[in-house]
Amino acid sequence: MTTEYSSPPHLHDGTTVTGLMAKVGLALVPGLLIYLWWFGSGILIQCLLAVSAALLCEWLLLRVTGKPAMYLKDGSVIVTALLFAFSLSPFTPWWITVLGISFAVVFAKHLYGGLGYNLFNPAMAGYVFILLCFPAQLNQWPSVGVTPDFSDYLAIIFSGHMSTGIDALSGASPLNHMKSQLNNMAMIPEIISNPIYGTIGGRGWEIINTAFLAGGLWLLFSRTIRWHIPAAVLGGLFGCSLCLYISDSAIHVAPFFHLFSGGTMLGAFFIATDPVTAPTTALGRVLYGVLIGIVVFAIRTWGGYPDGFAFAVLIANMFAPLISHYTTPPVMGQEHL
Amino acid sequence: MSRQLHTFPGGLKLATFKHLSDSEMAQQQALPERLILPLQQHIGIPAEPVVRIGDQVLKGQVIARANGYVSLPVHASTSGRIIDIGDYPVPHPSGLNAPCIVIEADGLDQWGEITPTHEYASVDPQELQTVICECGISGLGGAGFPAHVKIREGVDNAVDTLIINGVECEPYITCDARLIQEKAQYVVAGTRMIGHAVQARHCVIAIEDDMPASYQALAELVGEDIELVTVPARYPAGGEKQLIQVITGKTVPSGGLPIHVGIVMHNVATAAAVYRAVTRGEPIISRYVTISGNVERPRNLQVLLGTPVKDCLANCGFTDDGRSKIILGGPMMGMRVRNPDIPITKTTNCILIQRHEPAPPALPCIRCGRCAEVCPVRLQPQQLYWHAESGNFRAAQSYHLFDCIECGLCAYVCPSHIPLVQYFRYAKSKVAETERRERGAEYSLTRFLEKNARAERLRADRARPLPPDTSQALAEKRSYIEAAVARSKQKKELLQKDQADDD
Ligand code: SF4
Ligand code: SF4
Repeated sequence: MTTEYSSPPHLHDGTTVTGLMAKVGLALVPGLLIYLWWFGSGILIQCLLAVSAALLCEWLLLRVTGKPAMYLKDGSVIVTALLFAFSLSPFTPWWITVLGISFAVVFAKHLYGGLGYNLFNPAMAGYVFILLCFPAQLNQWPSVGVTPDFSDYLAIIFSGHMSTGIDALSGASPLNHMKSQLNNMAMIPEIISNPIYGTIGGRGWEIINTAFLAGGLWLLFSRTIRWHIPAAVLGGLFGCSLCLYISDSAIHVAPFFHLFSGGTMLGAFFIATDPVTAPTTALGRVLYGVLIGIVVFAIRTWGGYPDGFAFAVLIANMFAPLISHYTTPPVMGQEHL
Repeated sequence: MSRQLHTFPGGLKLATFKHLSDSEMAQQQALPERLILPLQQHIGIPAEPVVRIGDQVLKGQVIARANGYVSLPVHASTSGRIIDIGDYPVPHPSGLNAPCIVIEADGLDQWGEITPTHEYASVDPQELQTVICECGISGLGGAGFPAHVKIREGVDNAVDTLIINGVECEPYITCDARLIQEKAQYVVAGTRMIGHAVQARHCVIAIEDDMPASYQALAELVGEDIELVTVPARYPAGGEKQLIQVITGKTVPSGGLPIHVGIVMHNVATAAAVYRAVTRGEPIISRYVTISGNVERPRNLQVLLGTPVKDCLANCGFTDDGRSKIILGGPMMGMRVRNPDIPITKTTNCILIQRHEPAPPALPCIRCGRCAEVCPVRLQPQQLYWHAESGNFRAAQSYHLFDCIECGLCAYVCPSHIPLVQYFRYAKSKVAETERRERGAEYSLTRFLEKNARAERLRADRARPLPPDTSQALAEKRSYIEAAVARSKQKKELLQKDQADDD
């Protein structure tokens, strides 16, 4: 009679991919609530659209690639869909949302081999795809002080085109406004006297960013994510903007404006921290975060788009394997060799 | 007496569950009917039986002798009759049966003749080594390396620090803690003996900072000559290289031995066994074993080697309901066994019973880097896994696969529940296999060529007329010998150079 053995360890700390994803989802809730309160129910419709389309695509692709359907339960595709939906304007037509998330799941995730194998952050790849194809539709944001109601949103999202009085409801986002005004040679003090700006960032946006910051901090303290990437992203962005702000504060906005505008906090804590597409070493993650911070700043300041998070993340994704490779610490006992 | 401690990378504070078994005195496990003694309970070459079926043996009598230098003898753990010499299930990861000697106990438990050495301080270290080897002492901490080999290394090289390892970092295991509390004087005296044998400049006994009772017990006995050090309880602080780093700040080079940085390390139980061997001439025939986890009465037992695991379990109120698994060793590095008939050996420190829960299915690696964060060797387990899984074992090797100490932390934290250690072991065995094969092919080729050359020489020799035994012939012979000596010297130098290059 032979004896059989199974491999140690016989203990586990209990973390699961599903658990991690659930925590990320939970940490999005404060941001979601503020978003709802400020911009109305559009975000809910976008989330629902994105999540259902994503689940459908994932299920189809799992079947096609012959992987077990249990992979659906890992929740990663839901997080991808939520992050994607949060990047969109709540006015985005339904078919653009569906197209974008389908691209994300099919091309950015599964054509690379599925969970764990993708080179690019799927949510951001999907977002950039539709941003390049339909730039106009993605830059209409609800005007400050106007909260469209549910039926408005339904009409706008599903009517196929932006017709019924959307112009009255929408305007440029603060980042967009800032960019066009600066291009028109306006000065900062003059620009920020516009009612779309609040105390430190865009009105509303600063609260939304604070809510994402709170969610992000909870992720940090619950050890769902590590500090390296968010700290480095925010540090990179802050450092760059501080330099230019000091050099000329009339044409460069204050560093805090950058931190509390657009998708900064969502990007720093939720998007850039996607482990699959980030480097795996501590130093590597810092470099990766700083790179994202710098690129975001460069795009916001000199680029053709008001916010640059998606591009910055995709660019940094390309460097992630290289960064991992060159920042791998020496193995114990190999130092002297 | 306060030593500056250092840290090792990675590691994790684990829930210890030591309270389950550490408060009660170790109980003597009853003499079983039959004892099964594997010929190999140490790392190295198995022992060679010196008894035959039917022989009567006394407790402590040698029943198998050491077979070479890296080998140890096996002693009868009780008196009785040899009833079989053959293959039985043993605690070994391969799961295969191995040669064992089976003794039917006569119930008298009668000691054979043993010779004490007394006065260790006047004994030549060489002799001490012999005693330690003859008493069959291997590392009792887990790996089971013959103790005399490590001591010999220490005799041959300058030893800065002797570390006696009482850091039981794995959860549940308390056998060393119990031993320290119950036999502190053995541990301390054994430490002095080993310290004397290797002529160590410093002697350190290391325990964890969450073992106050052990600290108390030892603190009363250590003098100026032994430092008692408590290290922070963090897994795997008791690992050989990790503990050396914590205590001395030195890193053992990859692929190197502690002696390369002037350290000799032994387990506390080994020290106690050395004391018994030297002062009483007692070979190692029993050990402390922790029985813990899902049993009615978790505790420590003092068990004769060769006692079946199931006897110890029965003693602690374990009934197999089919939903438990038996683990030999700790929960992090121990191995699961399915056959409770296997015997307790020199390296069995713990029997752990766990509820059997089917492992959740492994998901793909999400590259979260948690494994790399906790790895005490600073490996990148996700990278190793990547190569091991795709069958690229050589690549895994170049990512320092063989530096992995199999502590299990990476798999412990992996959110995808990937059995990383299993992959690493498999990859290691694959690399070893390939190397063996390559070496094997080379070996048979040289053997073949050598055989041909020998045959050729023989023919030539036969053809040549015998030289007259003149002074000229003698001179020829001498020069031939000299040349041979020079050649072998050269070869040795080359070898040494090779080895130096290897380091
Ligand atoms: S912990 Fe598991 S999932 Fe995370 S990087 Fe390591 S192997 Fe991959
Ligand atoms: S098992 Fe090996 S790779 Fe995993 S943490 Fe331990 S030493 Fe590192």
